[in-house]
Amino acid sequence: MTILQIAFLLIAFVTLVSALMVVTSPSMVHAALWLILTLAGIAVLFVLLNASFLAVVQVAVYIDAIAIMIIIVVMLTNNPLRSQMRTVTRTWWGAAIGALILLAGLLVMITQTPAFELQAPALAMEQEQYLKTLGSALVDVNQFILPFEIASVLLLAALIGSITVAWPFLAGRKEEQDR
Amino acid sequence: MLEPWIFIALLLGAGMLLPGVAIAANWVLSPKKPNSLKNTIYECGIETVGETYVQLKGAYYIYALIFVVFDIEAVFLFPWAVAYDQLQLYMVLEGVLFILILAAGLIYAWRKGVLEWV
Repeated sequence: MTILQIAFLLIAFVTLVSALMVVTSPSMVHAALWLILTLAGIAVLFVLLNASFLAVVQVAVYIDAIAIMIIIVVMLTNNPLRSQMRTVTRTWWGAAIGALILLAGLLVMITQTPAFELQAPALAMEQEQYLKTLGSALVDVNQFILPFEIASVLLLAALIGSITVAWPFLAGRKEEQDR
Repeated sequence: MLEPWIFIALLLGAGMLLPGVAIAANWVLSPKKPNSLKNTIYECGIETVGETYVQLKGAYYIYALIFVVFDIEAVFLFPWAVAYDQLQLYMVLEGVLFILILAAGLIYAWRKGVLEWV
């Protein structure tokens, strides 16, 4: 086994264990912290796959934004430190069977794809060059300019929509608290 | 390909080792003579009153949402900025348009008073 394979197995193990801790830990705050470790493990897996940009995106979007979002939502709830929720419900076996069927289906699908048998191809150019190609393709008129600008409009719609939905309610509560 | 990341891994290891050694040395070397006063929770000189947990105000959720939107914007702008020296002028302006559309959202949030600190 090469060092890379050992590193991969180690990181994958850490990722899986922390993912398991996310769903089994009774405290929501702990679950959120374990989730950050899981996402960090996935970022390292991206690095091992030579996908540096995806690793940076993983850290910037998932660990930075999504994890903080989840922690803020946890902190908005009544008292996450005291409430120890039950993590096992009566219908856990149904979920387990569903998850196993999904895993089996995914495994069948993945092993049937032609790319599964192939070795990872060597990169044809420097990684930075890939990123530059992506960057110029995003703003090229003949390529992805429309999805690029639509993404911007979509983000704008999400921003305005969330403010429109949540702000009157929050502002009303703020006035209540000020009184 | 992985070389730059090896330095990051080394820095991560060193960053964990340094405080780890300091805390471990503190734990090994310090004399352990606890009494009830030493075991009290110390926070800026006075003892805490009431619950330590405070429920966050809902307004922070909107700050977080705005942050997520601009974080995702940064992901789109990152490759654009890397490729900056290969781009023609109209391509640069398209990126600027992308920023301006989202800046409209920021102005909207500002005018709505969402960004005011509560």
